[in-house]
Amino acid sequence: MNKGSFSLDPFSQCRGYGIPLWQCPQFLFLIMGCIIIASSVLSFVLGRQYIVDPHVVVSLVLALTAILLVIAFVITHSFEKLAQSNRLKSEFISIVSHQLRSPISNLQWTLDYMMSGRAGSIKGEQTEYFRILKDNSARMQQLVNDLLVVSRIQQGTFALRDQDIQFSDLVDSLVAEFLPFARASNVELVVEEQDPSIFVFQDPTHVRGIVSNLIDNAIRYSKKQEEKTGKSRVVIRYCMQDSFLRVEVEDSGVGIPKQDQKYIFEKFFRSDNALKHQTRGSGLGLYIAKSIAEKMGGSIGFRSAQNKGSIFWFLLPNARKKV
Amino acid sequence: MKTILFIEDESALQKTIGGALGEDAEVISALDGEIGVRLAKKRLPDLVLLDLVLPKKDGFQVLRELKEDPATASIPVIVLTNLEDMKDVQRALDLGATTYLVKSNYQLEDVLAKVREIVEL
Repeated sequence: MNKGSFSLDPFSQCRGYGIPLWQCPQFLFLIMGCIIIASSVLSFVLGRQYIVDPHVVVSLVLALTAILLVIAFVITHSFEKLAQSNRLKSEFISIVSHQLRSPISNLQWTLDYMMSGRAGSIKGEQTEYFRILKDNSARMQQLVNDLLVVSRIQQGTFALRDQDIQFSDLVDSLVAEFLPFARASNVELVVEEQDPSIFVFQDPTHVRGIVSNLIDNAIRYSKKQEEKTGKSRVVIRYCMQDSFLRVEVEDSGVGIPKQDQKYIFEKFFRSDNALKHQTRGSGLGLYIAKSIAEKMGGSIGFRSAQNKGSIFWFLLPNARKKV
Repeated sequence: MKTILFIEDESALQKTIGGALGEDAEVISALDGEIGVRLAKKRLPDLVLLDLVLPKKDGFQVLRELKEDPATASIPVIVLTNLEDMKDVQRALDLGATTYLVKSNYQLEDVLAKVREIVEL
């Protein structure tokens, strides 16, 4: 996983872009810097030597400026190429995801239909195998949906449909959804205090997506800790903070190592610590949560200590109390 | 028995939805938009389930033609698609769709519940 964009080794970055060295902005920038330094020194030396004949100095400076302009042009062109390849990549993801969605929903609905027993009864172990198929197609669907959201975020076409949300309702329905997963993971899922008077005017699907992602991570990474200590809790709490809704999800799980914390919201990033405990996951969830929270005018963050647990929080504007 | 017209070019989905609703309603199928409009005008179903990406005539065109014809204008139309751009949603609702469901965001049971709610099966 690429941890950040700055590197002291421009050559490795250029290799990462998959373009020739002479088209790589970092490499060209380095060359341009060297030429600027060399031309300054040369101008100084020649200026001193030919102090009585300024034509020589001026010609030289003009020649060097022309070289610099050519390099600047190539750099601009390289950036254009990189931007274009990024756009093509996003378009590719978008097209592939769209094409994958139909067969996956067909698969899901056919499995739903067969599991309902209306196409004939399912016996014994078949139920378990159908459940495995259903779980795996659901994972595929989630990944494709996440890739589409990422592609829309990058293309700037991600749109929100704001509505009034009673936050306690959303929390209730998420707790009901996650309860079987929490039980299976031996995790106690607790809502600290429900407040039915808190409303927020935001896109319900995407607010749900953010909270769902935080609860899912909290339960998922509580597992191993629970095996060691015999108990684990995930606590959801929310309140008003001025005109913002503040939501926190606290776990007593594996935590995030200090060196990984600054990368946790980067796309495709997965901490080594997390990988040890849970190999599933695309590393897109927190990137999407952050992008959406920010698009909504809010913010997201966390406090975490390795082997002690994490508290993830987010703030969303347009919240109020209805009496 | 209520009649539901399902306009969808995926025959696998036709079979699944047809099977799932078959006990409660008569499900008639159209694999493209042209046949869909023709069947809607001929059979006057109680509900149309409509995909948007269709051969010959896309779902928007089908919706427009159904809503322009006084005989079919009052038939509720559930759009069932994987297009979820806001402009598509808005366009379908503006053309008179009753509701807009993105396939990959719903389980089969949710779709069936919506159908039953609208046609009172």
